[in-house]
Amino acid sequence: MQIAIASGKGGTGKTTIATNLAWSVSSHRPTRLLDCDVEEPNCHIFLNPEIEKTDTVGVPVPLVDTEKCTGCGKCGELCQYSAIVSMKSKPLTFPELCHGCGGCSLVCPADAITEVDREVGVVESGKAGKLKFVRGLLRIGEAMSPPLIRAVKTFIDEDLLTIIDAPPGTSCPVIEAIRGVDYVILVTEPTPFGLNDLILAVETVRQLRIPFGVIVNRAGIGDQEVQAYCEKEKIPILLELPDDRRIAEAYSRGEMAVNAIAGLQDKFNSLYAELAEYLNEY
Amino acid sequence: MKIAITASGETLDSPVDPRFGRAKYFIVVDSETGDYRTVDNAQNLNAAQGAGIQAAENVVHLGAECVLTGNCGPKAFRAMQAAGVKIIIGVEGSVSGVLEKFKAGEYQTADASNVEGHWL
Repeated sequence: MQIAIASGKGGTGKTTIATNLAWSVSSHRPTRLLDCDVEEPNCHIFLNPEIEKTDTVGVPVPLVDTEKCTGCGKCGELCQYSAIVSMKSKPLTFPELCHGCGGCSLVCPADAITEVDREVGVVESGKAGKLKFVRGLLRIGEAMSPPLIRAVKTFIDEDLLTIIDAPPGTSCPVIEAIRGVDYVILVTEPTPFGLNDLILAVETVRQLRIPFGVIVNRAGIGDQEVQAYCEKEKIPILLELPDDRRIAEAYSRGEMAVNAIAGLQDKFNSLYAELAEYLNEY
Repeated sequence: MKIAITASGETLDSPVDPRFGRAKYFIVVDSETGDYRTVDNAQNLNAAQGAGIQAAENVVHLGAECVLTGNCGPKAFRAMQAAGVKIIIGVEGSVSGVLEKFKAGEYQTADASNVEGHWL
């Protein structure tokens, strides 16, 4: 079973929910947390995992043998991303734009293009107590995160509960992180900003036809518009986490909220139990 | 000589579009005869990425030997340089005014891009 934590708006508490949920459930069910927010992974701050293995992840990019190249231009015509262009000259390549499809090497009639790996980041795996842990770390300056997110997701094991901490927003990296999961938890805050981006996230998840529910974090601030929207759209509110100074203090020290507030771990465990029951029925 | 000027309108009295890859139009002028044609760049204007490179390819295919624009990023610059197209950066005003200044030899060819590349 795979549950992704996503949000639309950044800073609503995805990591707080992902780490506390995964940590709570791991006490009684084999669980793995995947930090797919590879541009800014931060689950490790709260979990202090022991990293056992680091793997480099690359994207295949074209390398042109200018001796063999006839300058026919077929590679440039094929590439939708302008990662290889052939004008009056031999092809120019822009590896940072390459999505690694390999099409240019296939269409080259002179067999002049081979694929070489360009490193986009690393995947680290290990454990924090009973919780298995994996995170992707994008190379600084790198703009293309989906291939790295796919590499993190190869750690999905059907026998384990997988919790995915997704990046914020609604663009390609988010789609890559939540695609194929059984359930998405959208974390929001009860403010106009939170609501605006929640609506975008809801539209995205509906397009992907993944069942989802909402967690309202920092409940008590802002207004009641998120709750009104969810009621109107018949979206279940799974949990309301109060705006509690103790959670903020624990967070600022890099500590888990479940260790700061008695009874919170039970709430996360019942949330999981409800979702597991719902998904078995689904 | 065929030159391409980035323009925000379709005619010679239109202002120069300061953007290269995402310029609204390219006006390709024969600097000797004054004949010109306007090429719509809408496809690149809305491209998610690679607009500069694609625009560079287009001006090369249009037969331009020199490009006059406001700003040019590193990828478009590299692509045009490889194709032997001269690049003049920092021009402003109307397309016809720029054309006159070009003919009077008031511009210098750039030897590097003047702005950073940008994403999405």
